[in-house]
Amino acid sequence: MINVHHKIFFPLLFSILILIALAIIPGYAPGYYTSLLNSIFMYTVLTVSWATFCGPTGYISLTSAAFLGVGMYTTAILGEALPLPLIVLSGGLASFLFALLVGLASLRIRGIFFAMFTLGLSEGLRHFINWWEIRIVGGLGRWVISADNITIYYTMLIILVMTLLTSYIIRRSKFGFALRSIGEEEEAAAHIGINVNAVKIITFAITSFWIGATGAIIVTQWLYVDTTTAFDVFYSFTPTLMALFGGIGQIYGWILGAVVFTVIAELLLTEFPYYYMLIFGIMIISVLLFFPSGLIGVLLKVRKESPTE
Amino acid sequence: MIVLDVIIGGLLTGGIYALLAAGFNLQYGVARVLNVSHGEFIMLGAVAAYSLYVPFGINPLVSLSIVGPILFIISFLIHRVVFERLRKTSGVTEVFEGKSLLVSFGLLFIIQNVALLAWGPEDRGYTFLPQPVNLLGAIFAINRLVVLGFAVVLGLAFFLFLVRTRLGKAIRAAAQEETGAQLIGVNIHWMHGLCFGFGALLAGLAGVLISTILSVSPVMGLPYTIIAIIVVVLGGLGNILGSLLGGLILGIIGSLVLHTEPGLEMAVFYVLFMLILLVRPKGILGK
Repeated sequence: MINVHHKIFFPLLFSILILIALAIIPGYAPGYYTSLLNSIFMYTVLTVSWATFCGPTGYISLTSAAFLGVGMYTTAILGEALPLPLIVLSGGLASFLFALLVGLASLRIRGIFFAMFTLGLSEGLRHFINWWEIRIVGGLGRWVISADNITIYYTMLIILVMTLLTSYIIRRSKFGFALRSIGEEEEAAAHIGINVNAVKIITFAITSFWIGATGAIIVTQWLYVDTTTAFDVFYSFTPTLMALFGGIGQIYGWILGAVVFTVIAELLLTEFPYYYMLIFGIMIISVLLFFPSGLIGVLLKVRKESPTE
Repeated sequence: MIVLDVIIGGLLTGGIYALLAAGFNLQYGVARVLNVSHGEFIMLGAVAAYSLYVPFGINPLVSLSIVGPILFIISFLIHRVVFERLRKTSGVTEVFEGKSLLVSFGLLFIIQNVALLAWGPEDRGYTFLPQPVNLLGAIFAINRLVVLGFAVVLGLAFFLFLVRTRLGKAIRAAAQEETGAQLIGVNIHWMHGLCFGFGALLAGLAGVLISTILSVSPVMGLPYTIIAIIVVVLGGLGNILGSLLGGLILGIIGSLVLHTEPGLEMAVFYVLFMLILLVRPKGILGK
Protein backbone atom coordinates (compact mmCIF):
# COMPACT_ATOMS: atom_id res chain seq x y z
CA MET A 1 0.00 0.00 0.00
CA ILE A 2 2.69 2.47 1.05
CA ASN A 3 4.65 1.64 -2.05
CA VAL A 4 1.73 2.50 -4.33
CA HIS A 5 1.13 5.64 -2.36
CA HIS A 6 4.71 6.83 -2.83
CA LYS A 7 4.69 5.97 -6.48
CA ILE A 8 2.00 8.55 -7.06
CA PHE A 9 2.93 11.05 -4.38
CA PHE A 10 6.56 11.83 -5.18
CA PRO A 11 6.27 12.26 -8.95
CA LEU A 12 3.21 14.45 -8.34
CA LEU A 13 5.02 16.61 -5.78
CA PHE A 14 8.03 16.84 -8.07
CA SER A 15 5.87 17.88 -11.04
CA ILE A 16 4.09 20.54 -9.02
CA LEU A 17 7.40 21.98 -7.81
CA ILE A 18 8.72 22.13 -11.36
CA LEU A 19 5.48 23.74 -12.49
CA ILE A 20 5.70 26.41 -9.79
CA ALA A 21 9.32 27.08 -10.72
CA LEU A 22 8.39 27.40 -14.39
CA ALA A 23 5.50 29.70 -13.54
CA ILE A 24 7.66 32.22 -11.66
CA ILE A 25 10.75 32.08 -13.91
CA PRO A 26 9.80 34.91 -16.31
CA GLY A 27 9.75 37.39 -13.40
CA TYR A 28 13.37 36.63 -12.45
CA ALA A 29 15.28 35.26 -15.42
CA PRO A 30 16.57 37.34 -18.36
CA GLY A 31 14.57 37.34 -21.59
CA TYR A 32 16.90 34.87 -23.26
CA TYR A 33 15.86 32.10 -20.88
CA THR A 34 12.18 32.75 -21.50
CA SER A 35 12.65 32.26 -25.22
CA LEU A 36 14.86 29.20 -24.64
CA LEU A 37 12.09 27.76 -22.47
CA ASN A 38 9.59 28.62 -25.20
CA SER A 39 11.47 26.43 -27.67
CA ILE A 40 11.85 23.70 -25.08
CA PHE A 41 8.09 23.80 -24.45
CA MET A 42 7.37 23.69 -28.16
CA TYR A 43 9.59 20.69 -28.86
CA THR A 44 8.34 18.88 -25.77
CA VAL A 45 4.75 19.32 -26.95
CA LEU A 46 5.71 18.09 -30.43
CA THR A 47 7.61 15.10 -29.07
CA VAL A 48 5.10 14.01 -26.44
CA SER A 49 2.20 14.39 -28.89
CA TRP A 50 4.05 12.43 -31.52
CA ALA A 51 5.14 9.69 -29.14
CA THR A 52 1.74 9.24 -27.50
CA PHE A 53 0.47 7.86 -30.78
CA CYS A 54 3.62 6.61 -32.50
CA GLY A 55 5.47 5.23 -29.46
CA PRO A 56 3.12 2.38 -28.55
CA THR A 57 1.81 1.68 -32.07
CA GLY A 58 5.13 1.74 -33.89
CA TYR A 59 3.72 3.87 -36.69
CA ILE A 60 6.24 6.50 -37.82
CA SER A 61 4.34 9.69 -38.53
CA LEU A 62 6.36 12.35 -40.34
CA THR A 63 3.69 14.97 -40.55
CA SER A 64 4.05 17.07 -37.38
CA ALA A 65 5.11 19.98 -39.60
CA ALA A 66 1.72 19.88 -41.32
CA PHE A 67 -0.17 20.13 -38.00
CA LEU A 68 2.11 22.90 -36.79
CA GLY A 69 1.72 24.72 -40.11
CA VAL A 70 -2.07 24.39 -40.03
CA GLY A 71 -2.04 26.02 -36.59
CA MET A 72 0.22 28.82 -37.81
CA TYR A 73 -1.94 29.54 -40.82
CA THR A 74 -5.06 29.59 -38.64
CA THR A 75 -3.54 32.47 -36.68
CA ALA A 76 -2.42 34.20 -39.86
CA ILE A 77 -5.89 33.95 -41.41
CA LEU A 78 -7.92 34.84 -38.32
CA GLY A 79 -5.70 37.82 -37.51
CA GLU A 80 -7.50 40.08 -35.06
CA ALA A 81 -10.94 38.58 -35.66
CA LEU A 82 -10.82 36.68 -32.35
CA PRO A 83 -9.12 37.13 -28.97
CA LEU A 84 -5.82 35.27 -28.63
CA PRO A 85 -6.98 32.32 -26.50
CA LEU A 86 -9.72 31.55 -29.00
CA ILE A 87 -7.26 31.79 -31.89
CA VAL A 88 -5.00 29.27 -30.16
CA LEU A 89 -7.94 26.91 -29.63
CA SER A 90 -9.01 27.37 -33.27
CA GLY A 91 -5.49 26.45 -34.34
CA GLY A 92 -5.77 23.27 -32.31
CA LEU A 93 -9.21 22.54 -33.69
CA ALA A 94 -8.09 23.06 -37.29
CA SER A 95 -5.21 20.70 -36.70
CA PHE A 96 -7.54 18.18 -35.00
CA LEU A 97 -9.93 18.18 -37.98
CA PHE A 98 -7.07 17.90 -40.43
CA ALA A 99 -5.64 14.97 -38.46
CA LEU A 100 -9.05 13.26 -38.55
CA LEU A 101 -8.99 13.50 -42.35
CA VAL A 102 -5.42 12.23 -42.53
CA GLY A 103 -6.30 9.39 -40.20
CA LEU A 104 -9.29 8.40 -42.30
CA ALA A 105 -7.25 8.52 -45.49
CA SER A 106 -4.33 6.51 -44.14
CA LEU A 107 -6.24 3.75 -42.33
CA ARG A 108 -5.09 0.99 -44.61
CA ILE A 109 -1.50 2.10 -44.76
CA ARG A 110 1.04 0.47 -42.50
CA GLY A 111 4.74 0.23 -41.85
CA ILE A 112 7.12 2.17 -44.02
CA PHE A 113 4.26 3.21 -46.32
CA PHE A 114 2.75 5.19 -43.46
CA ALA A 115 6.04 7.07 -43.00
CA MET A 116 6.18 7.86 -46.72
CA PHE A 117 2.52 8.83 -46.84
CA THR A 118 2.82 11.28 -43.95
CA LEU A 119 6.10 12.74 -45.18
CA GLY A 120 4.58 13.32 -48.60
CA LEU A 121 1.45 14.71 -47.01
CA SER A 122 3.13 17.61 -45.26
CA GLU A 123 5.21 18.40 -48.36
CA GLY A 124 2.13 18.12 -50.58
CA LEU A 125 0.16 20.44 -48.33
CA ARG A 126 3.04 22.92 -48.41
CA HIS A 127 3.01 22.95 -52.19
CA PHE A 128 -0.76 23.27 -52.34
CA ILE A 129 -0.88 26.22 -49.92
CA ASN A 130 2.03 27.84 -51.72
CA TRP A 131 0.12 27.60 -55.00
CA TRP A 132 -3.06 28.83 -53.32
CA GLU A 133 -1.32 31.86 -51.78
CA ILE A 134 0.35 32.90 -55.02
CA ARG A 135 -2.48 32.15 -57.39
CA ILE A 136 -5.66 32.86 -55.43
CA VAL A 137 -4.59 35.24 -52.64
CA GLY A 138 -1.68 36.88 -54.44
CA GLY A 139 1.40 37.06 -52.20
CA LEU A 140 4.02 34.70 -50.85
CA GLY A 141 3.47 34.97 -47.11
CA ARG A 142 1.27 36.62 -44.52
CA TRP A 143 1.75 39.10 -41.70
CA VAL A 144 0.76 37.76 -38.33
CA ILE A 145 -0.46 39.48 -35.17
CA SER A 146 2.26 39.68 -32.53
CA ALA A 147 2.11 38.75 -28.87
CA ASP A 148 4.74 39.58 -26.26
CA ASN A 149 7.14 36.94 -24.98
CA ILE A 150 5.47 36.59 -21.58
CA THR A 151 2.05 35.89 -23.11
CA ILE A 152 3.60 33.30 -25.42
CA TYR A 153 5.46 31.80 -22.47
CA TYR A 154 2.38 31.27 -20.31
CA THR A 155 0.27 30.06 -23.22
CA MET A 156 2.95 27.52 -24.11
CA LEU A 157 3.21 26.45 -20.46
CA ILE A 158 -0.54 25.78 -20.37
CA ILE A 159 -0.39 23.89 -23.68
CA LEU A 160 2.54 21.84 -22.36
CA VAL A 161 0.69 20.89 -19.18
CA MET A 162 -2.41 19.99 -21.19
CA THR A 163 -0.32 17.87 -23.58
CA LEU A 164 1.29 15.98 -20.72
CA LEU A 165 -2.09 15.42 -19.04
CA THR A 166 -3.61 14.25 -22.34
CA SER A 167 -0.75 11.87 -22.91
CA TYR A 168 -0.88 10.57 -19.35
CA ILE A 169 -4.63 9.99 -19.47
CA ILE A 170 -4.44 8.26 -22.86
CA ARG A 171 -1.66 5.97 -21.66
CA ARG A 172 -3.47 5.12 -18.44
CA SER A 173 -6.87 4.50 -20.05
CA LYS A 174 -8.24 1.69 -22.18
CA PHE A 175 -6.93 3.62 -25.15
CA GLY A 176 -3.38 3.13 -23.98
CA PHE A 177 -3.79 -0.63 -23.78
CA ALA A 178 -5.51 -0.64 -27.16
CA LEU A 179 -2.64 1.34 -28.71
CA ARG A 180 -0.06 -1.01 -27.25
CA SER A 181 -1.85 -4.08 -28.52
CA ILE A 182 -2.08 -2.49 -31.96
CA GLY A 183 1.67 -2.04 -31.80
CA GLU A 184 2.18 -5.68 -30.80
CA GLU A 185 -0.07 -7.19 -33.46
CA GLU A 186 -2.76 -5.21 -35.21
CA GLU A 187 -4.72 -8.24 -36.47
CA ALA A 188 -4.86 -9.76 -33.02
CA ALA A 189 -5.94 -6.45 -31.50
CA ALA A 190 -8.85 -6.34 -33.93
CA HIS A 191 -9.79 -9.92 -33.08
CA ILE A 192 -10.02 -9.33 -29.35
CA GLY A 193 -12.62 -6.67 -30.01
CA ILE A 194 -10.64 -3.45 -30.21
CA ASN A 195 -12.04 -1.05 -32.77
CA VAL A 196 -8.60 -0.59 -34.27
CA ASN A 197 -9.52 2.13 -36.75
CA ALA A 198 -11.42 4.26 -34.25
CA VAL A 199 -8.64 4.03 -31.67
CA LYS A 200 -5.97 4.97 -34.19
CA ILE A 201 -7.84 7.91 -35.72
CA ILE A 202 -9.06 9.38 -32.44
CA THR A 203 -5.66 9.20 -30.74
CA PHE A 204 -3.95 10.61 -33.79
CA ALA A 205 -6.39 13.54 -33.93
CA ILE A 206 -6.37 14.28 -30.19
CA THR A 207 -2.58 14.35 -30.02
CA SER A 208 -2.49 16.63 -33.07
CA PHE A 209 -4.75 19.17 -31.35
CA TRP A 210 -1.93 20.47 -29.12
CA ILE A 211 0.54 20.59 -31.98
CA GLY A 212 -1.86 22.87 -33.88
CA ALA A 213 -2.38 25.04 -30.79
CA THR A 214 1.41 25.32 -30.42
CA GLY A 215 1.72 26.43 -34.03
CA ALA A 216 -1.00 29.01 -33.51
CA ILE A 217 0.77 30.66 -30.56
CA ILE A 218 4.41 30.21 -31.57
CA VAL A 219 3.85 32.00 -34.90
CA THR A 220 3.02 35.24 -33.07
CA GLN A 221 6.71 35.72 -32.22
CA TRP A 222 7.71 35.65 -35.90
CA LEU A 223 5.44 38.43 -37.24
CA TYR A 224 5.55 36.89 -40.71
CA VAL A 225 4.87 33.40 -41.98
CA ASP A 226 5.21 31.65 -45.33
CA THR A 227 4.95 28.03 -46.40
CA THR A 228 8.70 27.40 -46.20
CA THR A 229 8.92 28.32 -42.52
CA ALA A 230 5.51 26.95 -41.49
CA PHE A 231 5.85 23.52 -43.10
CA ASP A 232 9.58 23.05 -42.52
CA VAL A 233 10.27 19.32 -42.80
CA PHE A 234 12.58 19.74 -39.80
CA TYR A 235 9.53 19.83 -37.50
CA SER A 236 8.36 16.50 -38.88
CA PHE A 237 11.56 14.67 -38.07
CA THR A 238 12.59 16.28 -34.76
CA PRO A 239 9.80 14.75 -32.62
CA THR A 240 10.78 11.28 -33.80
CA LEU A 241 14.45 11.92 -33.14
CA MET A 242 13.87 13.52 -29.75
CA ALA A 243 11.68 10.66 -28.57
CA LEU A 244 14.27 8.11 -29.71
CA PHE A 245 17.03 10.19 -28.16
CA GLY A 246 15.35 10.16 -24.76
CA GLY A 247 13.91 6.64 -24.89
CA ILE A 248 10.80 5.68 -26.80
CA GLY A 249 9.11 3.57 -24.13
CA GLN A 250 8.53 6.12 -21.35
CA ILE A 251 6.92 9.53 -21.07
CA TYR A 252 9.97 10.63 -19.02
CA GLY A 253 12.12 9.56 -21.93
CA TRP A 254 10.23 11.75 -24.37
CA ILE A 255 10.42 14.80 -22.10
CA LEU A 256 14.09 14.20 -21.31
CA GLY A 257 14.87 13.72 -25.00
CA ALA A 258 13.07 16.90 -26.04
CA VAL A 259 14.64 19.03 -23.29
CA VAL A 260 18.22 17.81 -23.70
CA PHE A 261 18.02 17.84 -27.49
CA THR A 262 16.62 21.39 -27.62
CA VAL A 263 19.23 22.71 -25.20
CA ILE A 264 22.05 21.11 -27.21
CA ALA A 265 20.57 22.46 -30.44
CA GLU A 266 20.29 25.99 -28.99
CA LEU A 267 23.85 25.86 -27.68
CA LEU A 268 25.12 24.73 -31.07
CA LEU A 269 23.13 27.46 -32.77
CA THR A 270 24.72 30.20 -30.65
CA GLU A 271 28.23 28.72 -30.57
CA PHE A 272 28.57 27.50 -34.15
CA PRO A 273 25.89 29.21 -36.26
CA TYR A 274 27.47 28.04 -39.53
CA TYR A 275 28.09 24.45 -38.56
CA TYR A 276 24.93 24.02 -36.53
CA MET A 277 22.93 21.94 -39.00
CA LEU A 278 25.99 19.90 -39.91
CA ILE A 279 26.69 19.00 -36.27
CA PHE A 280 22.99 18.35 -35.83
CA GLY A 281 23.09 15.78 -38.63
CA ILE A 282 26.09 14.06 -37.09
CA MET A 283 24.30 14.04 -33.74
CA ILE A 284 21.22 12.38 -35.23
CA ILE A 285 23.26 9.57 -36.72
CA SER A 286 25.37 9.08 -33.58
CA VAL A 287 22.28 8.84 -31.38
CA LEU A 288 20.73 6.17 -33.60
CA LEU A 289 23.97 4.22 -33.86
CA PHE A 290 25.27 4.39 -30.32
CA PHE A 291 22.20 4.85 -28.10
CA PRO A 292 19.63 2.42 -29.47
CA SER A 293 17.55 2.62 -26.27
CA GLY A 294 18.03 6.35 -25.68
CA LEU A 295 19.20 8.38 -22.70
CA ILE A 296 16.81 6.56 -20.37
CA GLY A 297 18.47 3.32 -21.44
CA VAL A 298 21.89 4.73 -20.59
CA LEU A 299 20.69 6.01 -17.20
CA LEU A 300 19.09 2.68 -16.30
CA LYS A 301 22.27 0.88 -17.25
CA VAL A 302 24.35 3.15 -15.02
CA ARG A 303 21.89 2.67 -12.16
CA LYS A 304 21.90 -1.09 -12.52
CA GLU A 305 25.67 -1.26 -12.54
CA SER A 306 26.34 1.06 -9.60
CA PRO A 307 25.08 -1.12 -6.64
CA THR A 308 27.49 -3.93 -7.54
CA GLU A 309 30.45 -1.67 -6.92
CA MET B 1 0.12 20.67 -81.26
CA ILE B 2 -0.56 21.26 -77.57
CA VAL B 3 -0.94 17.52 -77.15
CA LEU B 4 2.51 16.90 -78.60
CA ASP B 5 3.92 19.66 -76.42
CA VAL B 6 2.51 17.99 -73.35
CA ILE B 7 3.55 14.45 -74.23
CA ILE B 8 7.06 15.21 -75.42
CA GLY B 9 7.63 17.71 -72.60
CA GLY B 10 6.41 15.10 -70.16
CA LEU B 11 8.69 12.40 -71.51
CA LEU B 12 11.63 14.79 -71.29
CA THR B 13 11.17 15.33 -67.53
CA GLY B 14 9.90 11.78 -67.06
CA GLY B 15 13.24 10.36 -68.18
CA ILE B 16 14.96 12.07 -65.26
CA TYR B 17 12.26 10.98 -62.83
CA ALA B 18 12.64 7.40 -64.02
CA LEU B 19 16.36 7.44 -63.43
CA LEU B 20 16.25 8.92 -59.96
CA ALA B 21 13.37 6.70 -58.89
CA ALA B 22 15.15 3.56 -60.10
CA GLY B 23 18.07 4.42 -57.81
CA PHE B 24 15.80 5.11 -54.87
CA ASN B 25 13.93 1.88 -55.45
CA LEU B 26 17.11 -0.17 -55.52
CA GLN B 27 18.20 1.28 -52.19
CA TYR B 28 14.92 0.39 -50.57
CA GLY B 29 14.22 -2.83 -52.45
CA VAL B 30 17.50 -4.50 -51.57
CA ALA B 31 19.29 -2.53 -48.84
CA ARG B 32 15.96 -1.70 -47.06
CA VAL B 33 17.03 1.91 -46.59
CA LEU B 34 14.29 4.40 -47.36
CA ASN B 35 16.87 6.99 -48.28
CA VAL B 36 15.52 10.48 -47.59
CA SER B 37 18.93 11.85 -48.56
CA HIS B 38 18.55 10.50 -52.10
CA GLY B 39 17.90 14.02 -53.40
CA GLU B 40 21.17 15.17 -51.84
CA PHE B 41 23.10 12.79 -54.07
CA ILE B 42 21.22 14.30 -57.01
CA MET B 43 22.31 17.71 -55.73
CA LEU B 44 25.92 16.51 -55.39
CA GLY B 45 25.85 15.29 -58.98
CA ALA B 46 24.43 18.60 -60.21
CA VAL B 47 26.83 20.73 -58.16
CA ALA B 48 29.78 18.63 -59.30
CA ALA B 49 28.75 18.94 -62.95
CA TYR B 50 28.51 22.72 -62.59
CA SER B 51 31.85 22.94 -60.82
CA LEU B 52 33.52 20.85 -63.53
CA TYR B 53 31.91 22.72 -66.43
CA VAL B 54 32.16 26.37 -65.44
CA PRO B 55 35.80 26.69 -64.32
CA PHE B 56 37.33 23.75 -66.19
CA GLY B 57 35.12 23.46 -69.24
CA ILE B 58 34.54 19.74 -68.79
CA ASN B 59 31.51 18.65 -70.77
CA PRO B 60 28.68 17.47 -68.46
CA LEU B 61 28.36 14.32 -70.53
CA VAL B 62 31.98 13.54 -69.70
CA SER B 63 31.30 14.43 -66.06
CA LEU B 64 28.82 11.57 -65.95
CA SER B 65 31.69 9.12 -66.00
CA ILE B 66 33.60 11.02 -63.29
CA VAL B 67 30.76 11.85 -60.89
CA GLY B 68 29.00 8.48 -61.00
CA PRO B 69 31.88 6.30 -59.76
CA ILE B 70 32.92 8.81 -57.08
CA LEU B 71 29.41 8.92 -55.62
CA PHE B 72 29.25 5.15 -55.83
CA ILE B 73 32.37 4.77 -53.72
CA ILE B 74 31.32 7.42 -51.19
CA SER B 75 27.90 5.91 -50.63
CA PHE B 76 29.25 2.37 -50.55
CA LEU B 77 31.50 3.47 -47.69
CA ILE B 78 28.62 5.27 -45.96
CA HIS B 79 26.64 2.06 -46.11
CA ARG B 80 29.52 0.06 -44.69
CA VAL B 81 30.19 2.41 -41.81
CA VAL B 82 26.66 3.46 -40.87
CA PHE B 83 23.92 1.20 -42.20
CA GLU B 84 25.67 -2.15 -41.71
CA ARG B 85 26.25 -1.25 -38.09
CA LEU B 86 22.67 -0.07 -37.68
CA ARG B 87 21.40 -3.32 -39.14
CA LYS B 88 23.35 -5.30 -36.56
CA THR B 89 21.99 -3.30 -33.62
CA SER B 90 18.41 -3.16 -34.91
CA GLY B 91 17.57 -6.84 -35.16
CA VAL B 92 14.18 -6.93 -36.86
CA THR B 93 13.88 -5.56 -40.40
CA GLU B 94 11.00 -3.24 -39.48
CA VAL B 95 13.04 -1.56 -36.75
CA PHE B 96 15.94 -1.22 -39.15
CA GLU B 97 13.69 0.37 -41.80
CA GLY B 98 12.43 2.97 -39.34
CA LYS B 99 15.86 3.77 -37.98
CA SER B 100 17.57 3.85 -41.36
CA LEU B 101 14.97 6.36 -42.53
CA LEU B 102 15.96 8.62 -39.64
CA VAL B 103 19.67 8.07 -40.20
CA SER B 104 19.25 9.06 -43.82
CA PHE B 105 17.55 12.22 -42.60
CA GLY B 106 20.70 12.97 -40.60
CA LEU B 107 22.70 12.27 -43.73
CA LEU B 108 20.53 14.79 -45.59
CA PHE B 109 21.56 17.47 -43.10
CA ILE B 110 25.24 16.60 -43.27
CA ILE B 111 25.47 16.49 -47.07
CA GLN B 112 23.32 19.59 -47.59
CA ASN B 113 25.28 21.65 -45.09
CA VAL B 114 28.69 20.57 -46.30
CA ALA B 115 27.53 21.67 -49.75
CA LEU B 116 26.18 24.94 -48.36
CA LEU B 117 29.49 25.69 -46.63
CA ALA B 118 31.50 24.88 -49.73
CA TRP B 119 29.21 26.45 -52.31
CA GLY B 120 27.00 29.10 -50.68
CA PRO B 121 23.24 29.27 -50.80
CA GLU B 122 22.78 30.81 -54.25
CA ASP B 123 21.25 29.29 -57.37
CA ARG B 124 23.68 28.90 -60.23
CA GLY B 125 23.23 27.68 -63.74
CA TYR B 126 25.07 27.33 -67.01
CA THR B 127 23.88 27.01 -70.56
CA PHE B 128 24.55 23.81 -72.39
CA LEU B 129 23.28 23.23 -75.95
CA PRO B 130 20.34 25.65 -75.66
CA GLN B 131 19.62 25.72 -79.43
CA PRO B 132 15.97 25.02 -80.26
CA VAL B 133 14.91 22.12 -82.43
CA ASN B 134 11.57 21.47 -84.01
CA LEU B 135 10.15 18.12 -82.99
CA LEU B 136 7.00 17.31 -84.98
CA GLY B 137 5.92 20.91 -84.62
CA ALA B 138 6.74 21.30 -80.93
CA ILE B 139 9.89 23.28 -80.11
CA PHE B 140 12.41 22.07 -77.53
CA ALA B 141 16.01 22.90 -76.61
CA ILE B 142 18.58 20.31 -77.70
CA ASN B 143 19.80 19.86 -74.12
CA ARG B 144 16.48 18.41 -73.03
CA LEU B 145 16.58 15.87 -75.84
CA VAL B 146 20.15 14.95 -74.89
CA VAL B 147 19.02 14.52 -71.30
CA LEU B 148 16.16 12.26 -72.33
CA GLY B 149 18.44 10.25 -74.60
CA PHE B 150 20.97 9.70 -71.84
CA ALA B 151 18.31 8.96 -69.24
CA VAL B 152 16.78 6.29 -71.47
CA VAL B 153 20.14 4.74 -72.35
CA LEU B 154 21.31 4.71 -68.71
CA GLY B 155 17.99 3.38 -67.48
CA LEU B 156 17.94 0.59 -70.04
CA ALA B 157 21.58 -0.26 -69.46
CA PHE B 158 20.90 -0.57 -65.78
CA PHE B 159 17.82 -2.68 -66.37
CA LEU B 160 19.76 -5.02 -68.66
CA PHE B 161 22.50 -5.22 -66.06
CA LEU B 162 19.94 -6.40 -63.49
CA VAL B 163 18.29 -8.88 -65.83
CA ARG B 164 21.21 -10.30 -67.77
CA THR B 165 24.37 -10.30 -65.69
CA ARG B 166 25.30 -12.66 -62.88
CA LEU B 167 25.71 -9.82 -60.41
CA GLY B 168 22.33 -8.42 -61.45
CA LYS B 169 20.72 -11.78 -60.81
CA ALA B 170 22.34 -11.95 -57.37
CA ILE B 171 20.95 -8.49 -56.60
CA ARG B 172 17.46 -9.53 -57.64
CA ALA B 173 17.72 -12.68 -55.60
CA ALA B 174 18.73 -10.63 -52.55
CA ALA B 175 15.73 -8.37 -53.13
CA GLN B 176 13.31 -11.29 -53.41
CA GLU B 177 14.31 -13.56 -50.58
CA GLU B 178 17.23 -12.67 -48.37
CA THR B 179 17.66 -16.02 -46.64
CA GLY B 180 17.23 -17.98 -49.85
CA ALA B 181 19.82 -15.84 -51.59
CA GLN B 182 22.28 -16.47 -48.78
CA LEU B 183 21.67 -20.21 -49.03
CA ILE B 184 22.71 -20.23 -52.68
CA GLY B 185 25.89 -18.37 -51.85
CA VAL B 186 25.04 -14.70 -52.37
CA ASN B 187 27.01 -12.45 -50.01
CA ILE B 188 24.09 -10.41 -48.72
CA HIS B 189 26.12 -7.65 -47.00
CA TRP B 190 28.05 -7.07 -50.18
CA MET B 191 24.77 -6.83 -52.15
CA HIS B 192 23.31 -4.29 -49.73
CA GLY B 193 26.36 -2.09 -50.04
CA LEU B 194 26.46 -2.43 -53.82
CA CYS B 195 22.80 -1.53 -54.18
CA PHE B 196 23.10 1.47 -51.91
CA GLY B 197 26.06 2.55 -54.02
CA PHE B 198 24.24 1.95 -57.32
CA GLY B 199 21.31 4.00 -56.03
CA ALA B 200 23.57 6.96 -55.30
CA LEU B 201 25.28 6.47 -58.65
CA LEU B 202 21.98 6.72 -60.51
CA ALA B 203 21.03 9.75 -58.41
CA GLY B 204 24.34 11.41 -59.25
CA LEU B 205 23.89 10.76 -62.96
CA ALA B 206 20.37 12.18 -62.81
CA GLY B 207 21.83 15.21 -61.02
CA VAL B 208 24.44 15.79 -63.72
CA LEU B 209 21.73 15.62 -66.37
CA ILE B 210 19.44 17.97 -64.41
CA SER B 211 22.23 20.55 -64.15
CA THR B 212 22.25 20.94 -67.94
CA ILE B 213 18.65 22.18 -68.01
CA LEU B 214 17.92 23.70 -64.58
CA SER B 215 19.80 25.88 -62.12
CA VAL B 216 21.68 24.23 -59.28
CA SER B 217 21.81 24.91 -55.52
CA PRO B 218 22.61 22.96 -52.34
CA VAL B 219 18.96 22.96 -51.26
CA MET B 220 17.57 21.54 -54.50
CA GLY B 221 17.52 17.92 -53.26
CA LEU B 222 14.41 17.34 -51.16
CA PRO B 223 11.76 17.88 -53.89
CA TYR B 224 13.51 15.20 -55.95
CA THR B 225 13.42 12.81 -53.01
CA ILE B 226 9.68 13.35 -52.76
CA ILE B 227 9.30 12.75 -56.49
CA ALA B 228 11.34 9.57 -56.17
CA ILE B 229 9.07 8.37 -53.36
CA ILE B 230 5.95 9.09 -55.42
CA VAL B 231 7.29 7.41 -58.56
CA VAL B 232 8.44 4.37 -56.62
CA VAL B 233 5.04 3.93 -55.01
CA LEU B 234 3.39 4.45 -58.40
CA GLY B 235 5.54 1.79 -60.04
CA GLY B 236 5.65 -0.59 -57.10
CA LEU B 237 8.16 -0.72 -54.26
CA GLY B 238 11.06 -2.94 -55.29
CA ASN B 239 10.04 -3.05 -58.95
CA ILE B 240 12.73 -1.39 -61.10
CA LEU B 241 10.80 -1.63 -64.36
CA GLY B 242 7.82 -0.10 -62.57
CA SER B 243 9.98 2.85 -61.52
CA LEU B 244 11.19 3.46 -65.06
CA LEU B 245 7.62 3.35 -66.36
CA GLY B 246 6.22 5.29 -63.40
CA GLY B 247 8.77 8.06 -63.99
CA LEU B 248 7.60 8.56 -67.55
CA ILE B 249 3.93 8.53 -66.50
CA LEU B 250 4.55 11.07 -63.75
CA GLY B 251 6.51 13.22 -66.19
CA ILE B 252 3.56 13.34 -68.56
CA ILE B 253 1.08 14.09 -65.78
CA GLY B 254 3.36 16.85 -64.52
CA SER B 255 3.62 18.33 -67.97
CA LEU B 256 -0.17 18.21 -68.33
CA VAL B 257 -0.63 20.11 -65.07
CA LEU B 258 2.11 22.57 -66.05
CA HIS B 259 0.16 23.45 -69.19
CA THR B 260 -3.15 23.90 -67.39
CA GLU B 261 -2.32 25.19 -63.89
CA PRO B 262 1.39 25.90 -63.31
CA GLY B 263 2.56 25.65 -59.69
CA LEU B 264 0.17 22.88 -58.79
CA GLU B 265 2.33 19.97 -60.07
CA MET B 266 3.58 18.77 -56.71
CA ALA B 267 0.14 18.99 -55.14
CA VAL B 268 -1.33 16.92 -57.99
CA PHE B 269 1.53 14.41 -57.70
CA TYR B 270 0.67 14.11 -54.08
CA VAL B 271 -3.01 13.47 -54.69
CA LEU B 272 -2.03 10.78 -57.16
CA PHE B 273 0.36 9.32 -54.60
CA MET B 274 -2.36 9.19 -51.98
CA LEU B 275 -4.78 7.52 -54.38
CA ILE B 276 -2.23 4.88 -55.35
CA LEU B 277 -1.44 4.13 -51.71
CA LEU B 278 -5.13 3.78 -50.94
CA VAL B 279 -6.31 1.88 -53.98
CA ARG B 280 -3.29 -0.08 -55.11
CA PRO B 281 -0.45 0.08 -52.58
CA LYS B 282 1.57 -2.43 -54.56
CA GLY B 283 1.85 -0.01 -57.48
CA ILE B 284 0.76 -0.34 -61.09
CA LEU B 285 3.17 -3.19 -61.81
CA GLY B 286 3.12 -4.80 -58.38
CA LYS B 287 2.31 -8.47 -58.06
